[in-house]
Amino acid sequence: MTDASRPAPQDTMIDILGVNKWFGDFHALKNVSLSVAKGEKIVVCGPSGSGKSTMIRLINRLERHESGRIMVDGIEVADDVKAIEAIRREVGMVFQNFNLFPHLTVLENLMLAPVWVRKTPKKEAEETARQLLARVRIPEQADKYPGQLSGGQQQRVAIARALAMRPKVMLFDEPTSALDPEMIKEVLDVMIELAEEGMTMVVVTHEMGFARTVADCIVFMDQGEIVETGAPKEFFAAPKTDRAKLFLSQILGH
Amino acid sequence: MSAVALRRPSSLPKPIEWIRTNLFSSATNTLLTLLALYLLWKFLPPFVNWAFIDAIWQAPNSKACREAGNGACWAFIAEKHRFILFGTYPFEDHWRPGVSILLFLSLYAISSMRRFWTPWLALAWLVGLALIGILMWGGVFGLRYVENERWGGLVLTLILATFGIVFAFPLSILLALGRRSEMPVVRAACVVYIELIRGVPLISLLFMASVMMPLFLPSGVTVDKLLRAQVALILFAAAYLAEVVRGGLQAIPRGQYEAAEAMGLSFAKRTALVILPQALKISIPPLVNTFIGLFKDTSLVVIIGLFDLLLALKTALNEPAWTGIGVEAYLFASLVYFVFCYAMSQYSQRLERDLVRGPAARALKDT
Repeated sequence: MTDASRPAPQDTMIDILGVNKWFGDFHALKNVSLSVAKGEKIVVCGPSGSGKSTMIRLINRLERHESGRIMVDGIEVADDVKAIEAIRREVGMVFQNFNLFPHLTVLENLMLAPVWVRKTPKKEAEETARQLLARVRIPEQADKYPGQLSGGQQQRVAIARALAMRPKVMLFDEPTSALDPEMIKEVLDVMIELAEEGMTMVVVTHEMGFARTVADCIVFMDQGEIVETGAPKEFFAAPKTDRAKLFLSQILGH
Repeated sequence: MSAVALRRPSSLPKPIEWIRTNLFSSATNTLLTLLALYLLWKFLPPFVNWAFIDAIWQAPNSKACREAGNGACWAFIAEKHRFILFGTYPFEDHWRPGVSILLFLSLYAISSMRRFWTPWLALAWLVGLALIGILMWGGVFGLRYVENERWGGLVLTLILATFGIVFAFPLSILLALGRRSEMPVVRAACVVYIELIRGVPLISLLFMASVMMPLFLPSGVTVDKLLRAQVALILFAAAYLAEVVRGGLQAIPRGQYEAAEAMGLSFAKRTALVILPQALKISIPPLVNTFIGLFKDTSLVVIIGLFDLLLALKTALNEPAWTGIGVEAYLFASLVYFVFCYAMSQYSQRLERDLVRGPAARALKDT
């Protein structure tokens, strides 16, 4: 990464600098640096085990980095619990397996964090929740339990749940990998809309169509390193490294 | 979707079909069915005769009872019911433990109805238990003071069991959370506590509470026997319950913890709003199992001389007028214990049906 490509500090939402992460003896992230500007959409791709998920899980401290520095919206991600909770309030996350709360209805899932973390009055939280469900096109499912919904619907609820906190950044950790093929589109459509509205997004995905449409920047990772970054056009047309060429030929080659 | 229900065609009427498939489906089954019928025929009629038809319901003492016939001598229970219910509580004040028993039963009843599941229920329990305390002890509102050495019978059993569960359950949740804590000191303390208490028989805990503890207290300071036994019961039950709760906590998928964390919920809120509701729900069967165990374990307090239901019965049996009524007495005691434990079991089954909705349970498994 060149310094010229880095956004000016006041526009930076996420700044990852020289971060290392080990799982036991396994060096999962090697000296990773990445900057995300406000409103920027970044797609992270790479073979499995390359550290993509680990990297975005560092941003809201679901994993702990051993060295280097991570700043989110001007707050350092470190051991301070209050700081971590402050960061998590501003960073929404969508998981591969949805992770909706099965004992709560869809509406309650959406209201939980606003009511208990943001102290939003219940009535207001419910209104926002219903608006968000309409936005992800499932207003009629508000009173059902997650287990009664299809995978695609569950993932859209999960996106709405993250948005209910009015986050400044959204992290997506392989949001369509656990879905049946016919449900992928309904989730991607919601994500594309979100991107068009100017949300800052970091998305780990293998959906290259999505990457082409919305990404400002593609980050290609392999074996715990960021191997290549670039605009989607250049990345897909002329990858600079052999590893990226190999990866692209494997996922696009059929 | 087509609504055609496929049912196995059958030419036989329903009851006969049921009997055939359930009782006579194979040679072994037929044999077992016949054997069971034979045993029922052999033992049930004599028992019914003894327990009901030939039973003696009124007699002044066991001698008169035995002379009156061969049936069960329920006259003993009729004659001694107040002693069994209230122990050695002053006779003229028996209404006080009587009302206390009714209060206990009402608290159980309202707690079992879902429409009363509001924060008010906790208040009802607080007020109810305080009232029971006032009624039993007295000393205020013109009630005569009754030291708890004289409490006894069913009411004592209910006090030990109810206070035992009410205090042991929250304590066990803290212990279970502590055992999973990332703080080494907290975790070690919880592990030591649980393993130590679980590794010791309840009887020895009760002995320690009643015999050894006074030795360690400075002279002049006394903690009464009932309180010591109650604390021993609570500590014992909490260790067992903690492992049950921990099992529930471990069954919750990692993703649930992560999703709650990612929302910015604090540890306390994650635990109270997301993790515990799910963990306790799946722990209902083993939890109630332990509750039932605790209810019956209260009978062990006899060894330190507390007058619970069982010791009251035994004492009544020792009266010269009522010798030789042991079978009836213990049958009655078993019946009382059974009624309470069966009620708990039924309640837990209903709770499970209400709470573990099919789809919700499935989603839990999927994530």
